Amino acid sequence: MLKDRDRIFTNIYGQEDIGLKGARQRGDWDKTKELIKKGRDWIIEEIKDSGLRGRGGAGFGTGMKWSFMPKERGRRPHYLVVNADEGEPGTCKDREILRGEPHKVVEGALLSAFAIGANTAYIYVRGEFSREAEAVQRAIDEARDAGLIGKDACGSGWQFDFHIHRGAGAYVCGEESGLLESLEGRKGLPRMKPPYPPNIGLYGCPTTVNNVESIAVVPTILRRGADWFAGLGRPNNTGTKLFCISGHVNNPCVVEDEMSIPLRDLIDKHCGGVRGGWENLKAVIPGGSSVPMIPKSVCDKVLMDFDSLKEAGAGLGTAAVIVMDQSTDVIRGIARLSRFYQHESCGQCTPCREGTGWMARMMARMAEGRASVEEIDLLEEVTRQVEGHTICALGDAASWPIQGLIRSFRPEIEQRIADYQAAQGERAA
Amino acid sequence: MSGETGMPPADFAFTSKNKKLAKAVIAKYPKGRQASAVMPLLFLAQRQSGGWLPTAAMEHVAGIIDMPPIRVYEVATFYSMYNLRPVGKHHVQVCTNLSCWLRGSDEVVDSCRKTLGIDFGETTEDGLFTFSEVECLGACVNAPMMQIGDNYFEDLDATATEGILNVLKGGGTPKPGPQGGRRGCEPAGGLTTLTEKPEGQGERSGDA
Repeated sequence: MLKDRDRIFTNIYGQEDIGLKGARQRGDWDKTKELIKKGRDWIIEEIKDSGLRGRGGAGFGTGMKWSFMPKERGRRPHYLVVNADEGEPGTCKDREILRGEPHKVVEGALLSAFAIGANTAYIYVRGEFSREAEAVQRAIDEARDAGLIGKDACGSGWQFDFHIHRGAGAYVCGEESGLLESLEGRKGLPRMKPPYPPNIGLYGCPTTVNNVESIAVVPTILRRGADWFAGLGRPNNTGTKLFCISGHVNNPCVVEDEMSIPLRDLIDKHCGGVRGGWENLKAVIPGGSSVPMIPKSVCDKVLMDFDSLKEAGAGLGTAAVIVMDQSTDVIRGIARLSRFYQHESCGQCTPCREGTGWMARMMARMAEGRASVEEIDLLEEVTRQVEGHTICALGDAASWPIQGLIRSFRPEIEQRIADYQAAQGERAA
Repeated sequence: MSGETGMPPADFAFTSKNKKLAKAVIAKYPKGRQASAVMPLLFLAQRQSGGWLPTAAMEHVAGIIDMPPIRVYEVATFYSMYNLRPVGKHHVQVCTNLSCWLRGSDEVVDSCRKTLGIDFGETTEDGLFTFSEVECLGACVNAPMMQIGDNYFEDLDATATEGILNVLKGGGTPKPGPQGGRRGCEPAGGLTTLTEKPEGQGERSGDA
C-alpha cells in the first residue's frame, strides 16, 4: 500500500491549515523559483517522463498536451485554463483539492502556465462550489500578497495572473471547448474540432485546458522527480490518484492511493468493504457515470487504472467508483443517468439532442418493464447511432451506461419485462 | 415573468457597491473581452434582486458590457443557476442523481415534501422556501445531500433533513457540511491514510 510520504495531497481532508503558512509547512511553494529557472523545456520533459495522464477523464498525456502549444509566442498571448467544472456524477475529488489544497492549485497553475508560455490563467470553478471558490480566491490573494504570483512570480521574472471564473450549472461546460465558449461569455456549446485549443482556444489564442488534479500534482512531480512518480503504479498508468468511492460501501470517501490498485483492495482497505460483504456486490461503475458498469465477476480482478479498466470494457474516467450491492435496481439506476444526460445535452447536435431524450424515455419504460424484448435491441442500436456522431463526447457518455447495462444485465431487463407482462395479463384476466 | 411577489420591476441598476464589484470583475478579462464578464455580472444582479433575474436586470448587464440583450438572455436561459422567476428566500436543491439515490435521496425528498408541504418546482406561500430537484452537485461520497443557498448539507437522512429545514423555518442558521459527525470526505470509520504527521516535501525530496 502507498506510504503516506508518497502521497501528494496531504491535506485532502482539510484537517490542517489550508492557508499559505500551512501549505508551506506541507512543502508547497518550496523553491518554486528554482523550478522555473530550469526552464520550460525541462518542465515539459519532466511531466512527459513522469507519465502523468490527464485526470479529467480522457487520460491524455499532460506533458504531450503541453508540447502542442506553440514553442514561441507570436502576436497572440497564450492561456492556461484550469478545468474545475467538476460535475460527472460520482465525482467529487476536485472539490476536495479546491477546498483542502488550494495552494497546490495556484502553484501548479503558475508552473504549468510558465511551461506553456502563458502569463494568464483562468480557473473555471463549477457554479455550485461557492465555498470552494472562496478557498481558491483566498489562496490566490495570499499568493499575490506574498509575491508568489503577480508581476514577478516568486522573483523569477515571470508575470503570472490567475483569475477565477465561476460556472453556472451546465455539465457540458466540463468539455473543454464548451468551457472556453462559456468563459468567453456565451452558451457552453462545444466547438467543432479541429482546430484544437493549442491553435485556437480562448479568445482565438493558443490555450491549454487541464483538469484541477492534473495541475495540482505538477509541483510535487517536479520537486520529487519524474522517476518517483513513474515508479508508482504500472507503466502507462503511473503515479498516485484520487479516488472517490460512493454508493453501497460502508465508508464512502475520497482517498489518494497508487494507480493500479485492485478495485477490491480500494474498497476493502479504505471504505470498510461493500455493504453486506464482497459477495453482496452486484456491479460497479468504476469511472464516473459515463463509463459502462462492470459486474462483480469483473470487479473481483480488475485494477483501477486506464489500461486494466479499458480491457474490461469500462474506463478509469474520473476514478469515481459507484458501488451497487445486490439490492440495487440497476435498471432504474441507469434510467436515472439517462435522465441526467437528457437534461444536460446542450442541444446543438441532433443525435444527442433527440437521442438522449429518446433513450431516457425508453429507459424509464425499461425500468418499469413496460417494453418488449425486441426493444432492448432497438435501444442498443440507437445508442450505437448516437455514439461517435456528435461534436463532443456527451453523446458517447449517454450511450455507454446503457450499453454496459445491456451487456451485463440483459437477463434482468428481460425478467422485468416478463414480470410486467404477467402482471398486465393478470389484470386483464 | 410575474411571480407570487407581484409584477417584475421595470427598472434595475447596480448599487454603487455592486457597480464597483462589476468593474473589478470586468478587469479580470482582456480589453475588448468584457463579454466574458456576463456570467459573474448576472450572478451579481441575481443576488441584488433577491435570487432571481428580472428582464430589467439582464438588460442592465447587457448595457454595462455592451452586449446585445438577446445574447444575455441566451446565457441566462442556458445555465440552470440563473432563476428567471422569483424563488423563495431559501432555495432547497436536492440531488437525486445516482450516488445520492443509492444512499437514500428518496428519503430526503420525501422529508422535504413533508416538512415544506410543497413539491419540486414550487415555492411555499410565505415565500420562505423553493424546492428543486437538481443534478449531481459533486459531493457524492457525502451522499445524500442538498444545497441551500451557498451551503452544502451532506450525509443526510430524513431526520437530519427535517431538522435543517425546521431551523431555517425558525429563522436560525443550520450547520452546513456533513450531518453525521464527519468533518468532510474522509472515511467515517476512521482515517486509512494520512495518519502520520505530514512532513514538508522540501525535507523529504532528498531521500525520494
